[in-house]
Amino acid sequence: MGLPGIDLISSQEEGMDSLKELDIANVVRRAVEIHGKTREALIPILSEVNRVAGYIPQEALAEIRRQVHEPDEGLFLSDSQLFSIASFYQMFSLQPLGKHVIRFCENAPCHVMGGRHVIKAIQEGLGLNPGETSADGMWSLVTTSCLGLCSVGPVFFVDDDLYGNIAPDLVREILGRYR
Amino acid sequence: MKAFRSMVLVSSDSTSLQKGARDVFLKLQEEIRAFGLSEEVALNTICDIGCNEGLPLVIVYPEAVAYGPVRPDDVHILVEEHLSKGQINRELLALFHAPADEIAWLGARRGALPAEQRIVLERSGIVNPDSLEDYLSYSGYQALHKVLAEMTPAELIAEIDKSGLQGRGGAGFPTGRKWAFVANAPGQPKYVICNADESEPGTFKDRVILEGDPFSIIEAMTIAGYAVGASEGYIYVRGEYLRAYQRLANAIQQAQARGMLGEHIFGKNFDFHISLHAGAGAYICGEETALIESIEGKRGLPRARPPYPPTWGLWGKPTLVNNVETLANIPPIVRQGAEWYHEFGTLKNTGTKVFTILGNVNSTGLIEAPFGITLREVIDIYGKGMKNSGKLKLTQVGGSSGSIIPGNLQDTPLDYESLHRLGAALGSGALLFCNEDNCVVDLAKILMQFFRFECCAKCTPCRVGTQQTYEILTRISEDKASIDDLQVLQKLGADMQQISNCGLGQAAPVPVLDILKYFRAEVEEHILSHHCPTGICPMGKPVPVGSMVQQTALS
Repeated sequence: MGLPGIDLISSQEEGMDSLKELDIANVVRRAVEIHGKTREALIPILSEVNRVAGYIPQEALAEIRRQVHEPDEGLFLSDSQLFSIASFYQMFSLQPLGKHVIRFCENAPCHVMGGRHVIKAIQEGLGLNPGETSADGMWSLVTTSCLGLCSVGPVFFVDDDLYGNIAPDLVREILGRYR
Repeated sequence: MKAFRSMVLVSSDSTSLQKGARDVFLKLQEEIRAFGLSEEVALNTICDIGCNEGLPLVIVYPEAVAYGPVRPDDVHILVEEHLSKGQINRELLALFHAPADEIAWLGARRGALPAEQRIVLERSGIVNPDSLEDYLSYSGYQALHKVLAEMTPAELIAEIDKSGLQGRGGAGFPTGRKWAFVANAPGQPKYVICNADESEPGTFKDRVILEGDPFSIIEAMTIAGYAVGASEGYIYVRGEYLRAYQRLANAIQQAQARGMLGEHIFGKNFDFHISLHAGAGAYICGEETALIESIEGKRGLPRARPPYPPTWGLWGKPTLVNNVETLANIPPIVRQGAEWYHEFGTLKNTGTKVFTILGNVNSTGLIEAPFGITLREVIDIYGKGMKNSGKLKLTQVGGSSGSIIPGNLQDTPLDYESLHRLGAALGSGALLFCNEDNCVVDLAKILMQFFRFECCAKCTPCRVGTQQTYEILTRISEDKASIDDLQVLQKLGADMQQISNCGLGQAAPVPVLDILKYFRAEVEEHILSHHCPTGICPMGKPVPVGSMVQQTALS
């Protein structure tokens, strides 16, 4: 992912397609190498795993514990501790998500600007409720906290692509771009 | 710094990107090269310029001409006429509601638009946020240099105290006093934390500062470190703010490479290091003790207080936690002095505040104005009036937990004092303007939906209170509530305010209580007349008139 502004517009994350071949132990090892074996590194490590794998598989939690737990250095970790962190933060998913993830902002500013009609159009278009993934594994619909993009609300993301100033009748066409 | 004849900026805020700024940028790159102007014309992007019209914009300096909306097809003629021949293309000029040929926000900086005053946003949209050189050429690091050369920590704290600067995260605590607490607290090491976990719905001021002027935060934290005697700082950036994270990472790296961060800063006997920490999605982590827990690698649960972070913060050490906007005020104050800062704002609330303008107004966006500007001025001048000439029903000030101010109080000045007198708070500075098409029950419901979801569930009043409040509001919207439920709402709200552990639970009932205070008739109409005046609530079937009268009589 490039640094200067313009390269950031849409960065297709690597890794999503090759999820099955991902070696979780290796992903964790790389994350631990970058962020270190400390308690304060746990959230960055989990973020890294979540980013690369698209979610945090159960075996990744066990693997992180195996690699970071260092009783000799006074660093004690249990699976439940890791689970408690992984389940707390909303950017972490403990389940695999669909090929495309829609993140819809359901906060008041977007709501006031017509967001309630947009989410309805999305729900009807996909036959999904917030928090659900379609049976064919194509779509996940999640609601998200304010994304700080309220000046162009209502807003949603499809994967890394931002759509702002959305009216309900635009939804079908936008979703049609992802198949 | 390399000298260019012209500087071309392409707006790269979210709206611009959505409208094809990337293609315009790439096309400009191509055309500038094709005309052989690469050595003479610099091309760059700018982030949010507080303008939502005619995007994407292409701005050409030194003429300060703004073109927009620019399509990739326009680029060829633009480069040929303006950059190659030096002629302004009038057809492509951006149309602003401002004097002809003037750029609205540049005009504002010269005082052309009433009241806007940029202090913390002084460089945003003007400098290249990834360039330390640019920052230096716009008085960057003068403040730190002055502090290290001329001031003792005590003098510095006294100066900040004298400026009257108050924390911009929402509570408005005097910054100078907070610094003094940390400086005087026993224990070493001490830490400085920049709270960049901006997640209050409707607020994006910190994102604009971080993306537009990241070096100012690095400089300000270093100054704060010197003041309180800390040599380590953390910036806790919201996980969703990827671009801000990258710009900060780059800024830290460049400042270190130039000896302005790290060991022996400016060759003096003062060290300061900054680590970046990305959040992982939790509203509650904006609460300072939850944020500290999160940096320590735990769930973001707020601690019981006291002790407060100035005495017991990160790893139990004295810790200064300041909001991004607060810190962004520090270098200008140090450079120009506390007296100068008193020129802005009101007698008791000095300086400026960054407001985000949202909702049913014609122009949404971001402004920086002195304290004391009224809601009416914000709507008329910056919001360009209500959308479709609608009538203002209410304003929610300060984000989701903010107070509701009814339309007839729109002449309230926006400062801590005036709002306090109204029983309200300024909060983060988000201003959500709602017209008459909005239903107060529906609004309260969506706000409470947010809180019950974001509640960390550590303490009972908040965990149970947000859920129960939400259920009652849902019942009202579905015509299943009784008039007694309003008393329960009021009682729940008062209890949550009093006994919740942290600000989330204490503030969550504020909008509901305000709605009961100012719009009780409308809420009662839902219950007694089984009718939502705006038609938004999913009320059940209309009830026969007879039973309605009976129910009304019973209640």
